[in-house]
Amino acid sequence: MALPIQYNLRNVVVRWRATLSTILGIALVVSVFVLLLALARGIEASSANTGDPRNILVVRRGSQAESGSLVSREHFRTLRYFDEVARNEQAEPIISAEVVVIVSAPRIDGTGEANTLVRGVTPRGIELRPQVELIAGRWFQPGQREVVVSRRLAARFAGFEIGGTIKAGQANLIVVGHFDAKGSAFDSEAWMDADETRAIFDREMYSSLLVRPRGPEAATQLMKRIEDDKRLSLRAELEVDYYSKQTMTATPIKILAGIMGLAMSVGAVFAAMNTMYASVASRTREIGTLRVLGFSRSAILFSFLIEGALVAAIGGAIGCLMAIPMNGYSTGTIDFQSFAETVFEFRVTPPLMLQGISFAVAIGLLGSFLPALRASRLPVIAALKSL
Amino acid sequence: MAMADEPIVSIRDLYKLYRQGEIDVTALDNVSIDITRGEFVVLMGPSGSGKSTLLHIIAGVDRATRGKVLVQGINVANLTESELADWRNQNVGFVFQSFNLIPVLSAFENVELPLLLTQLNRRQRRQQAQAALELVGLSDRAHHRPDQLSGGQQQRVAIARALVTDPVLIVADEPTGNLDAKSAADVLSLLKGLTEQADKTVLMVTHDPKAASFGTRSLHLEKGEIVAG
Repeated sequence: MALPIQYNLRNVVVRWRATLSTILGIALVVSVFVLLLALARGIEASSANTGDPRNILVVRRGSQAESGSLVSREHFRTLRYFDEVARNEQAEPIISAEVVVIVSAPRIDGTGEANTLVRGVTPRGIELRPQVELIAGRWFQPGQREVVVSRRLAARFAGFEIGGTIKAGQANLIVVGHFDAKGSAFDSEAWMDADETRAIFDREMYSSLLVRPRGPEAATQLMKRIEDDKRLSLRAELEVDYYSKQTMTATPIKILAGIMGLAMSVGAVFAAMNTMYASVASRTREIGTLRVLGFSRSAILFSFLIEGALVAAIGGAIGCLMAIPMNGYSTGTIDFQSFAETVFEFRVTPPLMLQGISFAVAIGLLGSFLPALRASRLPVIAALKSL
Repeated sequence: MAMADEPIVSIRDLYKLYRQGEIDVTALDNVSIDITRGEFVVLMGPSGSGKSTLLHIIAGVDRATRGKVLVQGINVANLTESELADWRNQNVGFVFQSFNLIPVLSAFENVELPLLLTQLNRRQRRQQAQAALELVGLSDRAHHRPDQLSGGQQQRVAIARALVTDPVLIVADEPTGNLDAKSAADVLSLLKGLTEQADKTVLMVTHDPKAASFGTRSLHLEKGEIVAG
């Protein structure tokens, strides 16, 4: 039979001065761990939140991302007349040939320049992405060197305000509107006319084609047709699938979270161990009494493990609370495929907090194991005689 | 009943050797005693005479080097560590000089603590703990923590805790050592009352002749041997 949990709870409360530093140490470790994971989660969510399940994205075979893909105008013309491609009310094929280029722009906070991704789109491209909504100003006019930028990007770069100019090589692009892409990957982009983009950036080829097939069956057929046609040398997949794979940027952050979490947890484990050893030392006679009353060694071991886990869980919960204010905070990092700044929000989700508290409990259990073992193995008579 | 005079504790040829560095120290030397139900046995003797060791061995806290310790017919020496823990919980109540209450638990919770190891349900546990506190006259202090009670009250809570599992044997190691004369007399009267009214067997270690006068029999130990009693 285990000792009642209120015994451990009250011991934690009574010894609050001794446990406070451990609790705060663990809280700090957990908050950093949760924030790093929230960062990775934000990037993943941004990718996972992008695209329409009805669209197909076509890139050059062998390209992992649009930024490294080249699609010729001839390929574009060929695909336009494929039967599987849906047509709008004007009987035009719903297909958008797009160009993706990188422009360097000064950060708003004066910390230098960063790359930003400019997407050359067609009117069809805008129609194909209903999640991108114009929220201020107007859409660009082709041929006028106009650009519409994401609201979140505008908050990070100088000259991205409406009326501002973005320097692109010899050209100056005028910002005429802001859009909101609902937390998707398009929130890290600036959009302008596709053919104008090709002209300004001297691009013969497009980067990708975004296609709306007639239906799910046509989508399957179209993807197979593109894959099977050796002359095309293109790769087609559902737009949502393409973006869900673009989570590579999150990988180094996850690795960093793992390494930092591990490094800091070593310190936290020793802090927890120190607290629990002190607790065992100051309760030696109490432990002897419990043993005399009939509590087994395993009950004592379990009780001290619970207490260590409890201290750590409190620290973990505080750490999660410390991380919550960062939820929704917009920040940027480098996309390791396009090398452009990608904007996303910290996502401190309940499962992530649960992960943080579990991490804390693991620290607590690890840190309290040796002190608990010591407590359970104290010789009863010597323990009773302890002052 | 014919069984009434059967010894509740029967010790034969008990030896206890301690190793202190390179030297063997004899704590108990060929001790044999019988204690019957309802007796209030007082163990006396100078420091290091072996009285606490004898008490610990009878209570199943320590083990003898040699000899037989039968408590209600059970040879305590043959029990494993975990069997011994269960046996102590069911058969022995402990009262210590420093009370040894758990400081973070209330008087009631301290008394209820040994019952957590029994099969009793919550309601039964509460009833028994309440009854034990009433018996020692502290039901109005049930929710006080030990540091909110006087020394005498703490020792009475400890006696309630010792009684709560209805053990056959109560062992008390210098129970009045930290108490004033009035509180000491109250505690000793309480222990004596247990032997007279509840037919409990009390085994008490003390240095104090006044405390010893409450017992029905005194055993004097010197250098590990019983010299009188």
